[in-house]
Amino acid sequence: MVAVSDEDLFEDELDPSGPPLASERAFAESKTESKHEPEDQPRSLPRKTLDDRAALWGSALGAVAFVWVIYEHVLMWSGTLGFIVCVWGVFVALYFAVSLSAHPMPIVIDRMAAVVAASGALLIGFALATTIISTFVKGWPAVHHLNFYLHDMGGVSPGTDPLNRGGVRHAMIGSAIEAGIATLISLPLGLGTAIYLSEIGGRSTTLIRTVVEAMTALPDILAGLFVYVLMVILLGLEKSGFAVAIALSVTMVPIIARSAEVALRVVPSGLREASLALGSSRWQTVWRVVLPTARSGLATALILGIARITGETAPLLIVSAANTFTNVNPLHEPMNSLPLYIYSGVRSGQPLFISRAYGAASLLLVLVLVLFIITRLLARKRGRRS
Amino acid sequence: MPVSPLRAENVSAWFGNRKVLDRVSLDMPAKTVTALIGPSGCGKSTFLRILNRMHESVPSAKLAGEVRLFGNDIYDAGQRVTETRKRIGMVFQKPNPFPAMSIIDNVTAGLKLTGTKVSRSEKAELVERCLRRGGLWDEVKDRLHTSGSSLSGGQQQRLCIARSLAVEPDVLLMDEPCSALDPTSTYRIEQTIAELAPDVTIVIVTHNMQQAARVSQQCAFFLAAQSSPGVIVESGPTDQVFDNPQDQRTSDYVNGRFG
Amino acid sequence: MIDTLWPSEVDEPDEPELDRPRTINPGLDASDRVFRFTARSIGFFVLVLTGSIGLFLGYQAVPTVRHYGLSFFTQTQWLPERDKVGIAAITLGTVEVAVIALAVGFPLALLCALYISEYAPAWLKSTLVSMVDLMAAVPSIIYGLWGFFLLQPRALYLSRWLASYFGWIPIFKVDTDPRAAFWAQTQFTSSAFIAGLCVAMMVIPLACAVMLGVFSQAPLGEREASYALGSTRWGMIRTVVLPFGRGGIIGGTMLGLGRALGETIAVLLIISPAFDIKIAILSNGTQTVSGLIAGSFGEATSTQLTALLAAGFMLFLMTIGINTVAAVFVSRSRSGTGTDI
Repeated sequence: MVAVSDEDLFEDELDPSGPPLASERAFAESKTESKHEPEDQPRSLPRKTLDDRAALWGSALGAVAFVWVIYEHVLMWSGTLGFIVCVWGVFVALYFAVSLSAHPMPIVIDRMAAVVAASGALLIGFALATTIISTFVKGWPAVHHLNFYLHDMGGVSPGTDPLNRGGVRHAMIGSAIEAGIATLISLPLGLGTAIYLSEIGGRSTTLIRTVVEAMTALPDILAGLFVYVLMVILLGLEKSGFAVAIALSVTMVPIIARSAEVALRVVPSGLREASLALGSSRWQTVWRVVLPTARSGLATALILGIARITGETAPLLIVSAANTFTNVNPLHEPMNSLPLYIYSGVRSGQPLFISRAYGAASLLLVLVLVLFIITRLLARKRGRRS
Repeated sequence: MPVSPLRAENVSAWFGNRKVLDRVSLDMPAKTVTALIGPSGCGKSTFLRILNRMHESVPSAKLAGEVRLFGNDIYDAGQRVTETRKRIGMVFQKPNPFPAMSIIDNVTAGLKLTGTKVSRSEKAELVERCLRRGGLWDEVKDRLHTSGSSLSGGQQQRLCIARSLAVEPDVLLMDEPCSALDPTSTYRIEQTIAELAPDVTIVIVTHNMQQAARVSQQCAFFLAAQSSPGVIVESGPTDQVFDNPQDQRTSDYVNGRFG
Repeated sequence: MIDTLWPSEVDEPDEPELDRPRTINPGLDASDRVFRFTARSIGFFVLVLTGSIGLFLGYQAVPTVRHYGLSFFTQTQWLPERDKVGIAAITLGTVEVAVIALAVGFPLALLCALYISEYAPAWLKSTLVSMVDLMAAVPSIIYGLWGFFLLQPRALYLSRWLASYFGWIPIFKVDTDPRAAFWAQTQFTSSAFIAGLCVAMMVIPLACAVMLGVFSQAPLGEREASYALGSTRWGMIRTVVLPFGRGGIIGGTMLGLGRALGETIAVLLIISPAFDIKIAILSNGTQTVSGLIAGSFGEATSTQLTALLAAGFMLFLMTIGINTVAAVFVSRSRSGTGTDI
């Protein structure tokens, strides 16, 4: 207790028992009675007053009660959606009135703003939750059959055969092959571009960066159209998994290039200079210092690119064709994929095929979630190190 | 003997589990300038921020004790934080005018934010009065509609002072208002402080001992010993603290032997 | 001798030549040269590849535009077999869906960004930011399923409500009696409105993420200045956060607009194709450029294909233009000059 001894030191200087405001000397005092001190516990900081809480919960409760009576029993309306909307409206009106009765305008407006902002966030959260949950719920009848993963649709009628026949093996394999080839093409191109932009540079840097940035926003359907005309019409190749991979690469390269460049730019220039000052060449600096330092950022860039292209559907409608059997040759014969399978299912309008489509959508969503969680873990690891 | 407008009693402060202030009590008398001096890290800025509840804007911040504004504890559960801050203004270390606003709008920003209604003629008068009290009127009267960020650093700081004065606070807190400024601007701010002192209770944190001696009538010396929270070592009239300190450490500090 | 020489030397006109910067020999070894050459070639290859898409589509569009002339832009029908092809209706449809998506998505994205950056408790904040990122990562086909199976049956009631009370406004007009006890539900399905609502789900995370990034950079000094004047939280947001974030709000919204214009699959699932100039957004049927390309692609002959490519080029110009402007807004706001825009 150093503090105590500090205070003991000048206990004599000030008269602790004297009335605090009695003289000019006592204009201020440092507390000296350290032995019989009042308790020194942190007090709660009232960010919200009792009035704040009462107004909020009171209005909410009042709104529910009021709407329940009026809506169901007086007006005889029905419907959950309408009920919620009415409760919200009445709640805002009540809360406004209650606040206005006791507070100046700025505080009333502040409370309204908080309610509206929270409602907006809640609405979006609700929409996202229903998206994810409904996909899994409707996919469950299909995905809990083992054959869903092990069989393809060869010889199976998707709309009439029960869900314990047939599966999406062909679509999963197709998606994996297409995404794999696209990654093999995009990773070197994207990473190379990022290295050029951040480590070498030149007069054309701005041009390349602008074009790459603009291309991340290229509508995916146009990438498909471009590849179709180029490969199928002009070069006379067939619709195949390889054509799909090329179309996916067109969307993937700009994404990887841009996020990888961001990851490389975060590497402190001091590290590069330290390496160069040791006499290593540019190439060695990039290979041994810059890339390893940016490793997790680059991995995130790659995973984001993969997550984006595995769900890509629009270009597949153009450069791919649906089939029902497993095909592992990307150059010959059509190759199905998960997004395309989902699309055909929805378009068929047959309940059983729609269930299968939802099953495939669940798989796609699980894949995206897993990739997403990996990026979070990488980001956390990166955060810890710095 | 008038009641002191602002009085801190047994104020302790924590950030997380680290205690930075230990049972500090200080009385800030009306219409005087009180200077808080001490080496860096001794908790004087924290203490200042506790006086108008800016302390709690840091998520991990905790506090004990009471701060009384005309006898009422500002941390009482019934006290509204916006009302407290309106009555206890603050000027920060770095000038921070609102860059998207003109000079006029900057001065009247506090009125708009607190919902105080003034008529157009009153407003013009108020702007002139505040800018005059802030010592800025003559320099900006011809360009009141230009952006507040077009001014020099010293002018910006005086604009911030004028902005704080517009809501007519009882107390004005200043957190090292000159540390980011050049000597000429510092001199102008000190002049402004001297002109304000008869009307407003001012509490100023400063690193600069000469400045404390020049502008203040009362003075409190903060010190934090190695790995222990800050305390007030000595306080009293500025002349006495500087010329006839009671404590050896105060004497060492004001004579420049450490800190 | 020396005394006379020395001053004359100073006056010599070629003296500044001595002070020219000498060329520094970079002294690259072989591996470095290969490295530079490779990276540079990749950079240029990507430039050529991506740039060529625009040039390629533009080149393919020329014969179509030349063949149909001005009527390509005014004709509403898309009947290549009868030689009637125009982008008037589909451009309007594209813009309608995108504007609806923004009208719904922009306020929600802004509110969500404000909530996360200003109101949410500290322990929840990082989770919520992750949720926004996750929302951006969900594939559009999944939003399409959501829009088609979950949203559409419920949004019909909203459409009906709008048509009942605001039917006198032309855009909310529907050719049926929305108040009838057995109302014609099919008149309300597959509309631009419902497609727009679904596309809003894809616009929101994009716009919200940009806004979040900008709001979090609003300077602490100005925030504290506002609070110290006795401002409420909303007062602080209005005086500091929103003016500072204006560039990001505009830029993020435009990025969302670019996304909405090009969105294909969700639109394709929801709308039923109709090629008329119509502004009644609640009633059945509309068409967008990307929906047209994806939908009528299968049976396209080579002349039809060039017409589709021309339509695609128009879409390309729209999205690239909007995104470039958006990128300018976002980058300016990041560098801190956003408040001067």
